[in-house]
Amino acid sequence: MGKQKFAVTVDDLTVAYNYKPVLWDIDLAIPEGVLMAIVGPNGAGKSTLIKAILGIIDPIAGSVSIYGKPYKKQRKLVGYVPQKGSVDWDFPTTALDVVMMGTYGSLGWIKRPGKKEKKTALESLEKVGMLSFKDRQISQLSGGQQQRVFLARALAQDADIYFMDEPFQGVDATTEIAIINILKELRKKGKTVVVVHHDLQTVPEYFDWVTFLNVKKIATGPVKEIFNDDNLTKTYGINYKVSVQK
Amino acid sequence: MSFTEYFELLFNDYTLRTISLGTAILGAICGMLGSFAVLRKQSLLGDAISHAALPGIAIAFLITGTKETNVLLIGALISGLIGAFWIRGITRRTHLKSDTALGLILSIFFGFGMLLLTYIQKQPNANQAGLDKFLFGQAATLLARDVWFMATVTLVCLLVLLLFWKEFKILLFDADYAKTLGFNTKMIDILITSFIVLAIVLGLQTVGVVLMSAMLLAPAAAARQWTNSLGIMVVLAAVFGATSGVVGTAISASQNNLSTGPVIVLVAATFVILSFIFSPSRGLLFRQIRFIKNRKDLQLHKTLAFMFDIAKSHENISHPHAVKILNNFHGYTKKSLSKLEDKEYIRVEGLMWEMTEKGYDFALNLYNQQVEEND
Repeated sequence: MGKQKFAVTVDDLTVAYNYKPVLWDIDLAIPEGVLMAIVGPNGAGKSTLIKAILGIIDPIAGSVSIYGKPYKKQRKLVGYVPQKGSVDWDFPTTALDVVMMGTYGSLGWIKRPGKKEKKTALESLEKVGMLSFKDRQISQLSGGQQQRVFLARALAQDADIYFMDEPFQGVDATTEIAIINILKELRKKGKTVVVVHHDLQTVPEYFDWVTFLNVKKIATGPVKEIFNDDNLTKTYGINYKVSVQK
Repeated sequence: MSFTEYFELLFNDYTLRTISLGTAILGAICGMLGSFAVLRKQSLLGDAISHAALPGIAIAFLITGTKETNVLLIGALISGLIGAFWIRGITRRTHLKSDTALGLILSIFFGFGMLLLTYIQKQPNANQAGLDKFLFGQAATLLARDVWFMATVTLVCLLVLLLFWKEFKILLFDADYAKTLGFNTKMIDILITSFIVLAIVLGLQTVGVVLMSAMLLAPAAAARQWTNSLGIMVVLAAVFGATSGVVGTAISASQNNLSTGPVIVLVAATFVILSFIFSPSRGLLFRQIRFIKNRKDLQLHKTLAFMFDIAKSHENISHPHAVKILNNFHGYTKKSLSKLEDKEYIRVEGLMWEMTEKGYDFALNLYNQQVEEND
């Protein structure tokens, strides 16, 4: 393997809620251009890891760099898809409006979104197959459609690195395939995508890189090399056997 | 005094005009900012802040010895802000939920304020009477100067709102995401909270500590029923608030001895009730009507779908069938048959029915629609 460029580097990251460590001394280097799954049991700190990397949660120790520079200076390179349940979908706004929020970061303070931002938002909606729902009130979208709107919002950020918190949660098979195709498309363009993932069965099929997490980092590397019963058992604590289908 | 007399007075009487203008402006600013409080699920924030303002009024009086409204309101502003930021602090640093924090701050500050008020009343100072007007408000004490001040604050608030519209919106919808985009969410939050405190303090003189939160919530809750756009909601809430102010003042001026604050709040509450019932998309009335209509439509569609299944097995879709075979199907009635006939989906002749082209196409699409909806 040649010299690899790392999109994200995490050093000694530790997060604790009231003295109880949620993440313990995480070192992580994510190579550019991979589609990576973060797997681990409930409470392993998967979402927390993403949130700490993105500065939503303050870690008690550690640092994060994006392409070698501190995250705070590189925000524009990073897109985020939060868990669908983290917002109130009864908020008075439309699908297009939500996607438009993806352009707010590059606009900065005060400046209003204009024609260019609207065009970006419409294109993003089209990429996720939601263009015909652009004027729909967001509470009237199905769970899968809401997830696609969130994905479109991140696409509108036009980032190089994407962090996604359980984008497959509560979506049906059709949406799941649509989403994974978009993620693979992103990887093809050289983007780096990091996904909190729950369904171990689909890891080999969807991802090429994987991180096992359970408060500590158990292992990280190419799916082909490290996605095995040994690491699964270490992470989940039970004798886990996963039938890897090709 | 009747309403027509009131309107004559409104154009002639300086005091009444001042008060009406004041309550209208107050209603507008409270409606605007109340929309944010409601959407942030901080409905009770207004209640806590207004109660938290009471000790500030008393302390301002104790220190300065004056009953100058502006001085007292500065005291109210300071203790309101302290209350608001303590609530923020409590929810961020402890395990307590925000409702607990709100309740705590509300009762502690209010209790302390009442204690100070009784202490002031016992003092042998002739000047002490009248501080309790801040409990329920007294619109009659509004002076042109106060109204100008309210108008200025409202204008500033409006400007800030327009300037930071995008930031407010994203904070309300998804604060974490806003943070990842590089927005200082703490700053935006402090800005919104400070304006809410300011609006409440402005209203203390008119509506009073106890009822102030209704001014914040009622117009916003009513406005939410009529629209799915944040912008329209804020504008509507301002209009509802202003209207409540004017109408409330009119009612209390035309009836003797009705105090203005409670009347304004009741008018605002009427807006809420009417909105809950009559809003076309979210109202109870139309929801019930839609529910009944949907049930009837569904019954009809089920019957048609059943007939479609029979009809499609024949080469000629309009092949006549006996009405009798429908007996196996629950939910068909003579009435539903004649309704389907009215829509020209079927033709009924004697004891036989046949499906029309139109009915066939409709039933076909009925299925497709269901397939699409399952997607």
